[in-house]
Amino acid sequence: MPIANPPVDVVTIAVFLFLVTLASYFLGQYLAAVFSGKLHWNPMIRLEKALFYFIDTSTDHEDSWQGYARDLLIFNAIGFCILFLVLIIQGILPLNPQHVSGFPLSQALNIAVSFTTNTNWQVYSGETAASYLTQMIGFTVQNFLSAATGLCIAVAVMRGLTRKTTDRIGNFWVDMIRAVLYVLIPLAFIATIVLLSQGVIQNLDPSLTISGYGDAGPQTIAMGPVASQEAIKMLGTNGGGFFNANSAHPYENPTPFTNLFEIILILLIPASLPFMFGTLSGKRKQGFAIYIAMLVLFIAAVGMLYSAELSGNPALVSQGVPGVSMEGKEVRFGLAGSILFSASTTAAANGAVNTMHDSLAPLGGLVPLFLILVGEVVFGGIGSGFATMIAFVIVAVFIAGLMIGRTPEYLAKKIEIFEMKMALITILVPSILVLVFTGIALVVTDGLAGIFNPGPHGLSEVVYAFASMANNNGSAFAGLNAASPFYALTGALVMVVGRFMPAIAMLALAGSLAKKKTIPAGTGTLPTASPSFIIWLVAVILIIGALTFFPFFAMGPIAEHLSLLGGI
Amino acid sequence: MKYWRTVRTAFLLFGILLLISGLVYPLLLTGVAEMAFRHQAHGSLVRDEDGIVVGSELIGQNFTGPFYFEGRQSSTLGSPYNAVQSGGSNLGPSNPALLEEVNTTIRHLETLGMYGPWPSDLVTSSASGLDPHISLDAAFLQVPIIAKARGMDEEEVRTLVFEHGESDLFSLENAYVNVLSLNRALDEVDTP
Repeated sequence: MPIANPPVDVVTIAVFLFLVTLASYFLGQYLAAVFSGKLHWNPMIRLEKALFYFIDTSTDHEDSWQGYARDLLIFNAIGFCILFLVLIIQGILPLNPQHVSGFPLSQALNIAVSFTTNTNWQVYSGETAASYLTQMIGFTVQNFLSAATGLCIAVAVMRGLTRKTTDRIGNFWVDMIRAVLYVLIPLAFIATIVLLSQGVIQNLDPSLTISGYGDAGPQTIAMGPVASQEAIKMLGTNGGGFFNANSAHPYENPTPFTNLFEIILILLIPASLPFMFGTLSGKRKQGFAIYIAMLVLFIAAVGMLYSAELSGNPALVSQGVPGVSMEGKEVRFGLAGSILFSASTTAAANGAVNTMHDSLAPLGGLVPLFLILVGEVVFGGIGSGFATMIAFVIVAVFIAGLMIGRTPEYLAKKIEIFEMKMALITILVPSILVLVFTGIALVVTDGLAGIFNPGPHGLSEVVYAFASMANNNGSAFAGLNAASPFYALTGALVMVVGRFMPAIAMLALAGSLAKKKTIPAGTGTLPTASPSFIIWLVAVILIIGALTFFPFFAMGPIAEHLSLLGGI
Repeated sequence: MKYWRTVRTAFLLFGILLLISGLVYPLLLTGVAEMAFRHQAHGSLVRDEDGIVVGSELIGQNFTGPFYFEGRQSSTLGSPYNAVQSGGSNLGPSNPALLEEVNTTIRHLETLGMYGPWPSDLVTSSASGLDPHISLDAAFLQVPIIAKARGMDEEEVRTLVFEHGESDLFSLENAYVNVLSLNRALDEVDTP
């Protein structure tokens, strides 16, 4: 069977994990140097200084967590307003060869929130609804800035964990400039060149109409500046496709090589943050422990997804179509390339897809859903994933501390009531949003009207939608009619709260930890880099995720799986 | 007063970063693409002897048998292989409509003279609706039909399929074939 070849697929996955680990280790070292201001390259330093002077800030000025959060919110609010404006008036702006008109207000609101919050949930179809200018100064800009915002959150949290007896956690403007200029632009530039060489398009041509070959008939092909956006879309855990089919579209992802390359780009920065943390804290083992916990969860997810898809769809097998169901998959990626993408895009908060998740086998679709619902801590969104992982570490330390009857500590800092409150806000806010809004959607007519697939699968569609928006992922069981005002407006609310409440809580946590004294490790100190702690952390993540959402899993994917097996 | 200073800083920085990431970055790369990767940047277009564009290496077309190899099913809006409306069917695995779609395709292939077991990729719709490839199994299944319709030797057609096979990254065996390339090769050997 050509589509799935388990020995080759195992090799593909192993090579992939090796490359990700290697690349993210080195990037982690680089990031640590960048954000501690230790990078010395004269032209960049001069440019940086000029920029700081121009915007009226300096590296000497650092803020409290409140100040940092205020700057972050103001900056994102401006980004939102500009994007919203561009979306509404794109019809009269230049670089619009297809003459698309402005978005309706409810959709523009949803999209502007979506791209500002690093969600990139898409209620529109890229090739027909967005002008090239919108793709560039709207979407590409927010792809950079929302990713950089995430990076700033992670950096601030790391400072909180590693500093002592200060209330300063950094200068948002300095971090933002460095995130964009030193990290995202150079990496995206290189990635674009690689993608270009493989066939990802990059032009400002209008759509091309051709007569077609043989008996195929005429065809009109959408064009655009795709490669430059594709690179940052993957790298910045954004995931908003230039085209409706996202990374399944041959112009976004033309070959098995670009596919593997794009999946590496998804995980690259999120996976480098634990290493960066290890270096910044001077305790490499701590960073390594977090990385291992993420890796364990990731490998388990990939394994489950692979085996669920490998066994095929019983309904199709009975019709004489054996093997992996290719509905919603692309031939060139094969099974390994498809499921590795699905697992990575939901482990990290990316949300790009090269496979239609709505058409995955029931237990196959459960895996991306689960990865999103545990808060995207398996590598996770740029910055936000790492921050949420730290929240889980703190909860794990706290529970373990209670069990052995000691005051919980992490990195020689006492974990007290305030830290626990902030960690729980970070973990629970997205979960509460999913539960409440799924509940609402299931009882109001507008919510039910959006469902596309019948039966238990329809429930999965709605849960997936709010899970994806609350955790800022952006992938979908895309049959759902997300463009209706009900989903557009509730979605916008869910995305904003799901992004900024945890972000502020984590900054507060960072500020509180930075103020604390360090206490010397004693005999009762829980080692947080040991294998037993890693296992404990993984267990805490799984238990919280499973307990919160098990009823949904049972009534959605699991019920569908059983009904398919029973031939109903 | 402090707030105004902050807002001013935010606006200035946003403006600079918008210029860099929204205009300089994509336009500079469009320039690089134009110079270094012109063919790819404009869509890897395929031209005939007269220089007329007949398609793209990367975008599937809506071929129908029995004179040409058929590609995968396409669920793009409007018409199949609509390359301004990419997308999949989003049919869930338990949706009766999926079974219906697959069965319709199977009946169509049967009227052309093929019989199962069916390679999954030939009877299901792709994620993009523009998938340019089919598996080798799906191509071999069509070989006898095409050879018969064109009056060609089956072995000759099979050889063409082999010659145009492509492989996955870490696989030594070929797994799939580009339908447009295959159909063009077919016409080169057997002018219509």
